[in-house]
Amino acid sequence: MEEHKEENKYEGLNLPNYNIPEDIQNVVSITTIDRLYNWGRRWSVWPLMFGLACCAIEMIAAQTARYDMARFGMEVMRPTPRQADMMLVSGTVTKKMLPSIIRLYNQMPEPKYVVAMGACASSGGPFKEGYNVVAGIDKFLPVDVYIPGCPPTPQALIAGMMKLQEKIDKQSIKKVRWYEKGKNDSNYVPMPILGPDLIDVRRNAEYKEAAAKKEGAA
Amino acid sequence: MTAPASTQTVDLVARFPDSVTADTRPGFSGFIVKKENLVEVATAIRDEFGFDLLSSVTGVDYLAENMMEVVYHVHRTTGGPGLVFKTQVERVDPVEVPSLYSVWVGADFQEREAWDLLGIKFTGHPDLRRILMWEGFEGHPLRKDYKEGFFEEETKPFKSRWPDGHHNYVEFKNPYRDNLIFPEGFDPDNYTPKNEDDLYFSLERSSMKKAEGDLNTDHIVVNMGPHHPSTHGVLRVAVELNGETITSLKPVMGYLHRNHEKIGERNTYLQIMPYTDRLDYFNSMANNFGYAIAVEKLMNIPVAERAEYIRVIMAELSRIQNHFIFIGMLINDLGSMYTPSLYAFEERELILDIFEAVSGARMMCNYFRFGGVVRDIPADVLQKIKDLVFDRLPAKIDEMERFLNENEVLVGRLKGVHVLNAEEAIRHSVTGPVLRAAGVPYDLRRADPYSVYDRFDFDVAVRHNGDMYDNYLIRFDEMRQSLRILEQALKQIPEGPINSQKPQYQVRVPAGESYGRIESPKGELAYYLVSNGKPNPYRYHVRAPSFINLTAVETMCKGVKIADFVALLAMFDIVMGEVDR
Amino acid sequence: MYGKGILKGLSVTWKRFWDTYLDDISWWVRGKKRYYTTEGVAHRSSKDARGIFTVQYPEEQLIQPEEFRFVPFLVFDGNEENKEVRCTSCGICAKVCPPQCIWIVRTNDPNTGKPVPQPAEFYVDMDICMNCGFCAEYCPFDAIKMDHEFAIASYDRNVYNLEKLLKPASYYAEIRPLNYNKEEEARKAKEAAKAAKAAAATQAA
Ligand code: SF4
Ligand code: SF4
Ligand code: SF4
Repeated sequence: MEEHKEENKYEGLNLPNYNIPEDIQNVVSITTIDRLYNWGRRWSVWPLMFGLACCAIEMIAAQTARYDMARFGMEVMRPTPRQADMMLVSGTVTKKMLPSIIRLYNQMPEPKYVVAMGACASSGGPFKEGYNVVAGIDKFLPVDVYIPGCPPTPQALIAGMMKLQEKIDKQSIKKVRWYEKGKNDSNYVPMPILGPDLIDVRRNAEYKEAAAKKEGAA
Repeated sequence: MTAPASTQTVDLVARFPDSVTADTRPGFSGFIVKKENLVEVATAIRDEFGFDLLSSVTGVDYLAENMMEVVYHVHRTTGGPGLVFKTQVERVDPVEVPSLYSVWVGADFQEREAWDLLGIKFTGHPDLRRILMWEGFEGHPLRKDYKEGFFEEETKPFKSRWPDGHHNYVEFKNPYRDNLIFPEGFDPDNYTPKNEDDLYFSLERSSMKKAEGDLNTDHIVVNMGPHHPSTHGVLRVAVELNGETITSLKPVMGYLHRNHEKIGERNTYLQIMPYTDRLDYFNSMANNFGYAIAVEKLMNIPVAERAEYIRVIMAELSRIQNHFIFIGMLINDLGSMYTPSLYAFEERELILDIFEAVSGARMMCNYFRFGGVVRDIPADVLQKIKDLVFDRLPAKIDEMERFLNENEVLVGRLKGVHVLNAEEAIRHSVTGPVLRAAGVPYDLRRADPYSVYDRFDFDVAVRHNGDMYDNYLIRFDEMRQSLRILEQALKQIPEGPINSQKPQYQVRVPAGESYGRIESPKGELAYYLVSNGKPNPYRYHVRAPSFINLTAVETMCKGVKIADFVALLAMFDIVMGEVDR
Repeated sequence: MYGKGILKGLSVTWKRFWDTYLDDISWWVRGKKRYYTTEGVAHRSSKDARGIFTVQYPEEQLIQPEEFRFVPFLVFDGNEENKEVRCTSCGICAKVCPPQCIWIVRTNDPNTGKPVPQPAEFYVDMDICMNCGFCAEYCPFDAIKMDHEFAIASYDRNVYNLEKLLKPASYYAEIRPLNYNKEEEARKAKEAAKAAKAAAATQAA
């Protein structure tokens, strides 16, 4: 695993220019207020009503009678991002769709969580090699929980949601990034542009350089 | 059904000796039509020979021969085998072929797709824009010389995986460290993205504004989607409204375009099988079925007797759960959230339990193999299927009917809202329940029987009004007929092997082409395969019913109220995985 | 009468509502537990299911059929200290895998340079794996199998290496008893045939 960890950090394979919060590694003392606050949040994570592909069907199945996510306070699917706490990226993220997803994310109020459901959302999945597929939503949004599987069964989804709850438990008002003062809003993700290919505006300089190099080589 | 299949062969060459030749390449069939005479010949095929339904239009890029070929499959709605004709052009840009939009309107989206992905320009097409990719995208991805950012090798398996497969993210191989390619010297800072003027112009062009007389009213354009809770996934629709009435409408798709065909052409024949699961993700069994038939046709192998029955059982169970979900989702779209769909999902879960027990996965079954299926149905599961089919499902369908069918609000919303009439439906290449609800008894299980469907006694469900209520009721009829088939299949299922071939991961497929089609719950699902004898298909095309049915959505929705539009769209029972592929 | 259809529909909901209580009561009367027992879960997934349909994961779990598949794992014989990995790094699974998410490094004998039937490294990228089951289906050595464990969500991407992939044969026997027994029998039969052949050869000589 060591090797892969190192590669993962490799000059921003994921999340260029994005500070991955260390809140999982360094758990500081959790005060009573935190506990109360987290208890409230963990049982009312409202997902954004938002489905992309096959995984979305399993997400819907998880909301129905047999699995009943309402037991976790997650049944209130909000069609508007303004009222949602969690974006469940359920399916293949295509380049064409990506700007809409980013716009939705930017409109969500904090605290907000992103869960990558299924192989596609985690890293492109079986369609990774496709020309219209984004190799993982984590290239653009900070993903909190990855749920492998294609599709994850509703039970696997619920297991992933419990993982998210655990993460929420460990957060502290003082430490979480959206209350930290003095920093610019690191959560804002600039909108990518659909050009000849997908343009991630944060990486413009890099593209220019690589395109120039290619031209030189050609 | 009309005359038996054998008398229906058509001799196009005799009719057009100057412009048509027979396709004589080994393994290929059909006719090659000169590009100049295409429209004339096509009109004759439609009017003289009676092939009224254009099933599929697609292109093949023969890079080595420096040739582009457009392949048309046409059928008669009265049944019988189809007719294939092709036209060949030199592969020099601009590749131009006359559009058949004027002959079959159903060519609309398919020609746009061929333009988008293969760069074949259809002259005379009224609205030739990109359809799956966005305007401004560079290149035509299905061409054989197009290589995407994460391109590794021409075909799978990739050599880097074994015996020296040190794990490596594919990102590191691309200069942009991502799945991207840019033209040479590309400067992102000075790039102005293409706006969507084309879309709005086209919306304007087809608007009914002028027909409405002199009253000067403002029309507004509304974009619904791609994130819209009632469009069944990531479909976007641009509508122009006059008050609440739709005056013009254009669906915009491609938000789930996952490059199924490009990846498929790199996969081996077997590797495509699990990918087909992800087309219409409600009915992976049906998708497997169609693909297996297409490859078996090409390989010319028989299917084990028991496996045929297992296939039919699975496909029909799949249809039942699909229609249950359809009903639930339709009611959701009409605004009554949840209760009916929760009831529907209960039955679906029970059917998925069966799929899980036989194939291992609930949704992505990957259950069919060439010549049969993966594994037999265990005895206890067979019992469970019998329990469901003989006991539970008939009662549940009745319950659903009692629950909804007479509900005045539902009837009020559905009855009399016109969907499509027979002629419109056929012209737009609409298939499946929508076509049958318009009074055309076209069901491939009867019209061109595949597998063992000819052994079962069942009726093709037809309704005649073509309104929403009929479209809704026909789903119940079809579930009933599926149950009838299931009852017979479960009684008749023989013992024996479940595969006529030895299990093998590399199949030998002779060169040639094949077109395998089945009646999926959404309509006619077909696969077009071109093989050149290698382990990977040279061309792999999916004729997706949801995608082609959408061709009619514009005609259908003009003049209706926006509130009905969502329900009208629900009638087509589209699945984005299949629309965008 | 307007409203008759609605009432008829409501009677269905009404019946369903009472069913939830009646079914619970009938179980209680019979002195059986409807919740948190295998029997109860089985009832809720059978044709007679009525009333409450929910299976309250994680307290109780759906009964997984033997063939259920999630992600692949590698089987080893022997014990934790001395793992005899069944895989011979023949590479068939890597070849057949549709999204090409299996990476295998074959061991080479350091002296002769010839391949040794042992994988030096084995990776499966679980974020690409499409759970198709081909690797397990076509492995000629029964070395890679599909897992039943699905609660594997994590805070990071998931690339599993050899260490993380290996699970004992006993675990395999536990989750897929029928398959395991079938394979063991086939293997024994094969070994017996081999021994018989060898015996025949020595006799002949
Ligand atoms: S992970 Fe699998 S099931 Fe989920 S969206 Fe991707 S292909 Fe579909
Ligand atoms: S797991 Fe099986 S198929 Fe894969 S390399 Fe090992 S022995 Fe061969
Ligand atoms: S299950 Fe399928 S996708 Fe996953 S590793 Fe095995 S062959 Fe590859």
